[in-house]
Amino acid sequence: MSDVQDYKSSLSDPGSRKFETFSYLPTMEAVEIRKQVEYILSQGWNPAIEHTEPENAFGYFWYMWKLPMFGETDIDRVLAEAAACHRAHPDNHVRLVGFDNYAQSKGAEMVIYRGTPV
Amino acid sequence: MAKNYQAGVKDYRETYWMPDYAPKDTDFLACFKVIPQEGVPREEAAAAVAAESSTGTWTTVWTDLLTDLDYYKGRAYAIEDVPGNDEAFYAFIAYPIDLFEEGSVVNILTSLVGNVFGFKAVRSLRLEDVRVPRAYVMTCGGPPHGIQVERDIMNKYGRPLLGCTIKPKLGLSAKNYGRAVYEVLRGGLDFSKDDENVNSQPFMRWKQRFDFVMEAVHKAQDETGERKGHYLNVTAPTPEEMYKRAEYAKELGAPIIMHDYLTGGFTANTGLANWCRDNGLLLHIHRAMHAVLDRNPNHGIHFRVLTKMLRLSGGDHLHSGTVVGKLEGDRDATLGWIDLMRDRYIKEDRTRGIMFDQDWGSLPGVFPVASGGIHVWHMPALVSIFGDDSILQFGGGTLGHPWGNAAGAAANRVSLEACVKARNEGRELEKEGKDILTEAAKHSPELKMAMETWKEIKFEFDTVDKLDVVHR
Repeated sequence: MSDVQDYKSSLSDPGSRKFETFSYLPTMEAVEIRKQVEYILSQGWNPAIEHTEPENAFGYFWYMWKLPMFGETDIDRVLAEAAACHRAHPDNHVRLVGFDNYAQSKGAEMVIYRGTPV
Repeated sequence: MAKNYQAGVKDYRETYWMPDYAPKDTDFLACFKVIPQEGVPREEAAAAVAAESSTGTWTTVWTDLLTDLDYYKGRAYAIEDVPGNDEAFYAFIAYPIDLFEEGSVVNILTSLVGNVFGFKAVRSLRLEDVRVPRAYVMTCGGPPHGIQVERDIMNKYGRPLLGCTIKPKLGLSAKNYGRAVYEVLRGGLDFSKDDENVNSQPFMRWKQRFDFVMEAVHKAQDETGERKGHYLNVTAPTPEEMYKRAEYAKELGAPIIMHDYLTGGFTANTGLANWCRDNGLLLHIHRAMHAVLDRNPNHGIHFRVLTKMLRLSGGDHLHSGTVVGKLEGDRDATLGWIDLMRDRYIKEDRTRGIMFDQDWGSLPGVFPVASGGIHVWHMPALVSIFGDDSILQFGGGTLGHPWGNAAGAAANRVSLEACVKARNEGRELEKEGKDILTEAAKHSPELKMAMETWKEIKFEFDTVDKLDVVHR
């Protein structure tokens, strides 16, 4: 049994909380975030930024950062909005969204700045 | 007098073979693969199938003249060679929409695959495909919620969903079973699943199972901060019992329940789908008994037809085969019926065995579930084949992890996310799969262990039921 590794996760440890797609991978570097923005734009989806206090992450509705960037094709402008949201709310989760208006759904959604667990 | 009544037996083709008939948009169309008895001409066999699956009986009866049989009859309108099979031919038959009760898959099947399958003039018969007219599609409820609504309810976007069937199939106590559910959900899977033959046996009655499983679901949600579900199987001996279990699942706050649509039957399935729509529960559909119907290439019902019937009857998930795992499934044919589950309009495509255009009107799409014999090494191929709108369903590939279910689940989740991220970055999953998983395992001891436990797999696509292709 000494070879068996314990799975560390508990109600009392806020670090156990996940936040859906890509939350089981290490925090993304800037260059990786850039590629995901590029993917969203290449699909023709509308990028958007949302954020929340980590303790309220389970809710369906996070705070919108401004409005979705309809028709935006410039990766840098999307990244700049995400960074501005993060500067304004440094302890919050900030997620990147790609709205797919044909599927009437989100084609992509991922946390790109991880907030401080509490 | 419009017609004379003459008793006796007529050749079917006099009435039911109409090669000049142009099918209407409102007609049901069917393609049968027919192997006639020796000496029966193709036109006669095709006409016989049309007759026996619609208005005809073996002899003329006087009451035929009390109606307009030319309006109600099925019509054999085309015959084609079957590539690679000299004995068989395809018979194309059109049926007027008025032959079928609105919203009734039961009625469709009772006609199309009823008595005709035991009919002496044909040696074997297989329903290869049907075209359900849009006018009829719109009389059916279809999936209770569909892919888009399920994503919103479960709050999961931009990736396939992950599930795990709890094993051993039979014999666990309800509390031990709930433990196994809790472990896979806290480890990172979205769903766990009752095995199809788990109903309400003496070793684990349904009520205790539901109670313990839902505590597991709620605790895993609180712990991970993600939405979770367990497909509570409500398949039961009677509809009354089925609804009783469904009501209790709802009372406990279960987001999803499960039904076996072939063994349970279409009457039960359609009723349950309507109940799920009204009550806001998702419906997972298992397909036990399908291989009895669909595996023989010359006799029975092709799975693409069973897929269409389920999309009419209703279900939010349907098992599709994996292409890569332990169970049968020709890759092109599987891709064909996956499209039939998910898309709004599917064009005829003989390379995938799809014989007709199919318009689903406003029926939502069904999530295909890839289940059976899959593990982390399959992940790059699965993500590449199935795309985001799918559920990848493990069993031994989660529970068989040397460190237990939670570690197995985490390995599944990390490998999935690594593959989706790499795909988004423009990498080729089926080529670079090994590198992608190896990189991801650097940050996940659970994945590293899973990769050492199961060997890298090779892909061999050889199946019993292949698409019909030319052998000459």
